[in-house]
Amino acid sequence: MKFKTAIVVGASSGMGRELVRQLATEGTKVAAIARREDRLQELVKEFPGLVTPVVHDVTDFGAIPELFQTITRDLGGLELFIYNSGAMPIVEANEFTWEKDKQMLDVNVAGAVAWCNQAAERFMHTKHGFLVGIGSVAGDRGRHKQPVYNASKAFFHTYLEALRNRGVCVSTIKPGPVDTEMTAPLNMKGMMSAERAASIILQKADKNGEHYLKLAHRIAFYIIKRIPSPLFRKLKI
Amino acid sequence: MISTQRISRVAGYGMTQAADAYVYRPTTVEEIKSIFEEARATGRKVSLRGAGRSYGDGNIGSETLLIDITRMNRILSWDATTGIIECQSGVTIENLWRYCLEDGYWPPVVTGTMYPTLGGALGMNVHGKNNYCQGTMGEHVIDMDVFFPNGEVKTLTKEDDLFYAVISSAGLLGVITRVKLRMHHVASGNLDVWAEAAQNWDEQFALFEKYEHNSDYMVSWVDCFAKGAKAGRGQFHGAWYKDREDLASRVAEKQDLPALILGFFPKSLVWKVLKLLCNRAGMRLLNAAKQFASSTIGNNKMHDQSLVAFSFLLDYVPDWRKAYEPGGFIQYQTFVPKEHAKHVFSEQVRLQQEYKLESFLGVLKRHRPDKFLFSHAVDGYSMALDFKVTSKNKAKLWELAHRMNDLTLKHGGRFYFAKDSTLRPEDAEKYLGEAIPKFKELKSQHDPEGLLTSDLGRRLKIS
Repeated sequence: MKFKTAIVVGASSGMGRELVRQLATEGTKVAAIARREDRLQELVKEFPGLVTPVVHDVTDFGAIPELFQTITRDLGGLELFIYNSGAMPIVEANEFTWEKDKQMLDVNVAGAVAWCNQAAERFMHTKHGFLVGIGSVAGDRGRHKQPVYNASKAFFHTYLEALRNRGVCVSTIKPGPVDTEMTAPLNMKGMMSAERAASIILQKADKNGEHYLKLAHRIAFYIIKRIPSPLFRKLKI
Repeated sequence: MISTQRISRVAGYGMTQAADAYVYRPTTVEEIKSIFEEARATGRKVSLRGAGRSYGDGNIGSETLLIDITRMNRILSWDATTGIIECQSGVTIENLWRYCLEDGYWPPVVTGTMYPTLGGALGMNVHGKNNYCQGTMGEHVIDMDVFFPNGEVKTLTKEDDLFYAVISSAGLLGVITRVKLRMHHVASGNLDVWAEAAQNWDEQFALFEKYEHNSDYMVSWVDCFAKGAKAGRGQFHGAWYKDREDLASRVAEKQDLPALILGFFPKSLVWKVLKLLCNRAGMRLLNAAKQFASSTIGNNKMHDQSLVAFSFLLDYVPDWRKAYEPGGFIQYQTFVPKEHAKHVFSEQVRLQQEYKLESFLGVLKRHRPDKFLFSHAVDGYSMALDFKVTSKNKAKLWELAHRMNDLTLKHGGRFYFAKDSTLRPEDAEKYLGEAIPKFKELKSQHDPEGLLTSDLGRRLKIS
C-alpha cells in the first residue's frame, strides 16, 4: 500500500471514482467527496470499511475548513489529497454566458483553492503528504473554444506551482481527453479510459512536478506552448 | 475548529513511527484542562509527549491534540539538606543533575540519555544501569500531582494504588504535572569504573553475578555478530560511587562532555562517520574492533569517570540517530528471568544471525521486579538491541522481532513501552495478564470518555 489514507474530491464519476476504486483496492482508507450520494454509496458498497462517503458541494466554500478537519480526524491522518472536481459545460463559439463561466470559476478555481489550501497548509506544516491537482492540457494555452475553462486550468497549474514553491509536494496532472461523463458531450474518439488515467495519476501522485498522462501529450504541448501567439491565433487549434 | 497552524509531524526517537498531531505546549494545569475541553468539543483524543525520547510510538498519537509537556519545566523547590526536589514534570534529567550536583545530589535513576522529561520518564517508568539495586524512577517519587481527563487533580503517594498505575501507564491514565523526588547523595562527581572483557555468554553472566551485590551500576556491551564459542562476547562495566568529598568534581561545568573526541575530532561530526559504517559489514568491523580494544588495552582496569560520561553514553555523539537515516531504527529490549536469560538472549542473537539482521549494538543489564502496573522489570536481565530499518528489511525485521517476542514470552519475559515498536496486542495480553483489565477499570473511572490515547495504546488495544 503506497498511501494509508486519502481524500478524493470529485469522486462520484470518471477519474475520481476510478481513483477511489484503485486506492481502496490497494487497502487505502479513502474519503470520497462528491454531491451525488447514490454514487458514493455504490463505492461504499464495493469497498466497505475503506471508503467513507462525504456528500458535499465544492462551492460550499465556508464549510470546507471544518469538514477537512473532521475528515482527517476520522481517517486517522492524511497522506494523499486529490482535487479532481471540475466543470466544463459546453460553450459554443462566440458564446459568453456568465452562468457557465461562473460555474467553472466556482468549481475549477474557487473550490480548488478552498480545498487545496487546507491540504497544502497541513502538508506544509507536517512536511508529509502529497497533493495532487487534476489540471488539463487545456490550461497550457488560451484556445478560442473554451476561454474560461482554459484559463481556470491555467490558474490551477500556476496555483499548484506556487504551492510547490512553498515546500509542499504537489503533483500537477495534465490529462488530455479522458472518457468521462464530463467529456461525453464532446464525442471525441481515441480518449483514454478513466481506469487507465487513474492508474497513471496514482503512479505520479508522489512525484513533485507537472505530469502529462501520455508522452505524446508531453511532446505536443512542449511545442504548442512555444508557438508564438500571432501564429497560434491563426492555427485555430 | 482547531488552529491549523498547530498541526505538526511528530515522531518517535527511532524515526520509524510518526504521526500528524495538533501540538500544544501548555505551561499550567489550567491550560491542560482547556486542551481536554477542546478535545471534547472537536471529537478528538489527547496524547502526551515529553522530550520525545521514547523510541517507538508511545509519544505520538495520530490526529490527536498532543500535549508536549516540555514548557512545564520549573523547579519549584529544592532542599539540599534532605535531597528532596519538587518540580514540574517537564523538567529533564539534565535539569535535575545540573541543579543538584553541586550540592552533592544526583538523580537516583537515569536513562542512557539526559534529555527525557520527568513526566515522560515516569510514564514509561524508566530504569538505569542500577535497576538491580535502585529500581525504577517511580520508586524514588515521594508524591506527584496528576491531572485526570475527568477533571480531577490528585496528589498521589505510594499509599495509593493509582500511584503504581499512573507511573508505568505510558501516559494513558493522566497527565503528571508535578513531581516530588528524592535525589541520591553523592560525595563526588566521579565514579570508580571497572572494565572487564567477557569472551562469551557464560563470562558475561558470571561477571554480573560477581558484582551484583557490591556495585552501584552494572552494564555490559554484547557483540551480536560473534558466533560459536565467541557468541555473547563483549565488555562489562561495573561502577561505584566514591566516598571522598570532592566538590570540584561536582561543578556542572566539570561534568560537561568534551566537544572533541580523541582530542581532535569534533563530536558533532561523528554521526557522519557512523553513517558510513551503519551497515552489516561496517558494524561487524566496529564490534570486532571494540572487542579487540576491550580485551587488550581496556581490560581489567579501574578508572575514574565522571557521572555524566558514565551515565549518558548516548549523548556522547550528538545526532547519532541520523546515522540510521533515512529509514530510522528500532530499539528492542526484552526482560527475562535470570534462570532463562542466557538461553533466551543467546537464541535471540542466533536468530538475528539466521535472518542476517544482527543488532548493531547489544546492551545487557541486571534488573529487579517492581510493583508498578505495567512493569517491564523481572528478577533477571534485559538485552537492548538496535536494528536499522530500511524499506527492504522492514517486513523481515518485524518477523524476526515477533519470533524473539514469542521466545521471550515462552520464558516468562516482559517488554518495555519506552522502546517497543513490535509488540502485538496478544503479546501485551500475555505478559501483562490481569494488569490490563485492572488498567481498563482505572481508566473507566478517571478517563471515562477514553480521551487519553497514543499510537502505542491503539496498537496494543489498551486505549
